[in-house]
Amino acid sequence: MIEAKNVNFYYGDFHALKNINMKMERNTVTAFIGPSGCGKSTFLRLFNRMNDLIEGTRLTGECLIDGQNIYDKSVSVVELRKQVGMVFQKPNPFPKSIFENVAYGLRVNGMKNKKEIEEIVERSLRQAALWDEVKDKLKKSAFDLSGGQQQRLCIARALAVSPTVLLMDEPASALDPISTSKIEDLIYALKKEYTIVIVTHNMQQASRVSDNTGFFMLGELVEFSETKKMFLNPDKEQTQNYITGRFG
Amino acid sequence: MNTDKQLKFRNTARRGAKWLERGVEGLFTASGWVSIVIVLLITIFLFKEGFGLFQSPTVEKGYVLCVHPSNPVERLNASQIKHIFDYETTSWSEVGGADLEIRPFRFEEIFDYYAEEEFGPDYEFLPDKLAEVVAGDEGILAFLPEQYLPADRSGIKIVEAGNITVTDFFGGREWLPTSTPAPQFGALPLILGTLWVSFFAILIALPLGMGVAIYMSELAGERMRKVLKPAIELLAGIPSVVYGFFGLVVIVPLVQRAFDLPVGETAFAGCLILAIMALPTIITVAEDAMRNTPLAMREASLSLGATQWQTIYRVVIPYASSGISAAIVLGIGRAVGETMAVLMVTGNAAVMPTSLFEPIRTIPATIAAELGEAPAGGAHYQSLFLLGCILFLITLVISVSAELISKKQRQAV
Ligand SMILES: Nc1ncnc2c1ncn2[C@@H]1O[C@H](COP(=O)(O)OP(=O)(O)OP(=O)(O)O)[C@@H](O)[C@H]1O
Ligand SMILES: [Mg+2]
Repeated sequence: MIEAKNVNFYYGDFHALKNINMKMERNTVTAFIGPSGCGKSTFLRLFNRMNDLIEGTRLTGECLIDGQNIYDKSVSVVELRKQVGMVFQKPNPFPKSIFENVAYGLRVNGMKNKKEIEEIVERSLRQAALWDEVKDKLKKSAFDLSGGQQQRLCIARALAVSPTVLLMDEPASALDPISTSKIEDLIYALKKEYTIVIVTHNMQQASRVSDNTGFFMLGELVEFSETKKMFLNPDKEQTQNYITGRFG
Repeated sequence: MNTDKQLKFRNTARRGAKWLERGVEGLFTASGWVSIVIVLLITIFLFKEGFGLFQSPTVEKGYVLCVHPSNPVERLNASQIKHIFDYETTSWSEVGGADLEIRPFRFEEIFDYYAEEEFGPDYEFLPDKLAEVVAGDEGILAFLPEQYLPADRSGIKIVEAGNITVTDFFGGREWLPTSTPAPQFGALPLILGTLWVSFFAILIALPLGMGVAIYMSELAGERMRKVLKPAIELLAGIPSVVYGFFGLVVIVPLVQRAFDLPVGETAFAGCLILAIMALPTIITVAEDAMRNTPLAMREASLSLGATQWQTIYRVVIPYASSGISAAIVLGIGRAVGETMAVLMVTGNAAVMPTSLFEPIRTIPATIAAELGEAPAGGAHYQSLFLLGCILFLITLVISVSAELISKKQRQAV
């Protein structure tokens, strides 16, 4: 279970997240929607501590995963990131072979057994619905793949480390409808084993794949409820306007 | 009417732009060709002058070596001649002749044999006297000017010395370009000196430079980097003579004291000063390359649970590998070609390098020190050009191999 308690986040003086409280249950898909610049990515990146890389940022409040504050001094960032995988907006494979991309997370975790690595790479590629397309060219550079294939490769790469949570920041924004629907199917299938959080600008996508939806605006969480309710009968007028495209 | 006018106007504008474009294009193409031609011209000039050395006679121009007619020796090479005149080779048996002591004879010694008046008022009897001396000593090896050879050659025998050979140059272990009668152009000590000093300089500079580059690009805070970067770039701009002074005043005494040596001007002092000089180049180029690794790559690596170090050596360094090899090549290039500073601190002894703690001499230092004294067109002058060719080839080999390595690495990652 993922939980945010009174989270405030600052880029220098800029107050990017304002007092956010949210709970995400295990094995659910949560979607974040909201206009550009409202803080969705910032919030998402709090849960694998990616924002630590940016100088001059500040966080107050608590981010908990299974009851443990992940910003506690006793928490190892490296271990946390193995538990909380991330897929980025733009596909970002390494300039390595397809196989080595997926194996990367295993290698940095010290896995040496070749057989074991091969098994996990295959399993991850199958999970990401990419295996059939690449099984004959695992040694080829990942850059030879199409954008949609690259994104599924990045998903496979994240899955290979066996995380429990998967954070996805607009994973389909750069893709064509076919690749997008493949990734949506994938999310649906992965739900059984993972807790998934996905940022999206696509309302249909949010309504198709998610159980719960959070609507952000100007750094605030305006509304957070079951997806069905959110899209049929939102509590706030702002949400209604945004969903129906009357947001201005 | 109105539209017609506009159309016309548009057309001419386009034509004008086209001509301008063509002109600029032509200019760029021309500049490309000009630079290729210049490079070719320099190379051809260098090699033409340099390879002239192999057409130069071993003994000084205008002189010959003569022996007694009974002497069976037909040929002598440069180093044999030199050793004979240095009294190091003393018996003809050592150079393929009879067991007879060699009597080296320089032309000037004739004045010890005869009184001034005996040569006649215009030295017209000089050739005869020389012939007399040669004929009178079975062990003699006389070094005589061609113009004073006697008309009647029955009493003397001229020894072939031939031209300077490729093996004389590349295999010779002595560099004595002004020695008479046979200057020694053994470039081996200089070539090895250059490679030796450069190699150890890079051995010192590379780990240090990479360390600083990694620190600056990956670990240092923004403020630290803002101070360090301009400081290091400043270091790269200091003229090498100034480094030479620094080396002479600081490093040389330091080396002498630290290793308890008779002199501090050693190969090691050269290595140190070259390492210091190569550092800024290595650091700035490598750091730029590493900083250019996209944030997305770092984030991808870290998000998979890689540590910062794993990210550096598995993602950042491979990604920057071609930039890093460029840094290494530039560093080596600086070390191999560096002249002044090395000239000032290495002691300039053209001997085969055997230890880092002895004086040494490099190719660029040799060229700089000797070109001014070498008569244009002479063997010495040509030999310096040939050294230049070697330097050129060394840097060519280094940059080509670095290119190949970085290409391979790019394919491997
Ligand atoms: N590295 C940064 N430094 C300073 N400000 C930042 C930084 N990253 C984001 N911000 C600011 O924080 C706010 C939230 O940004 P964030 O990227 O979280 O928005 P978002 O909701 O993901 O937008 P989008 O839908 O366009 O991706 C924006 O106003 C942005 O300008
Ligand atoms: Mg975003």
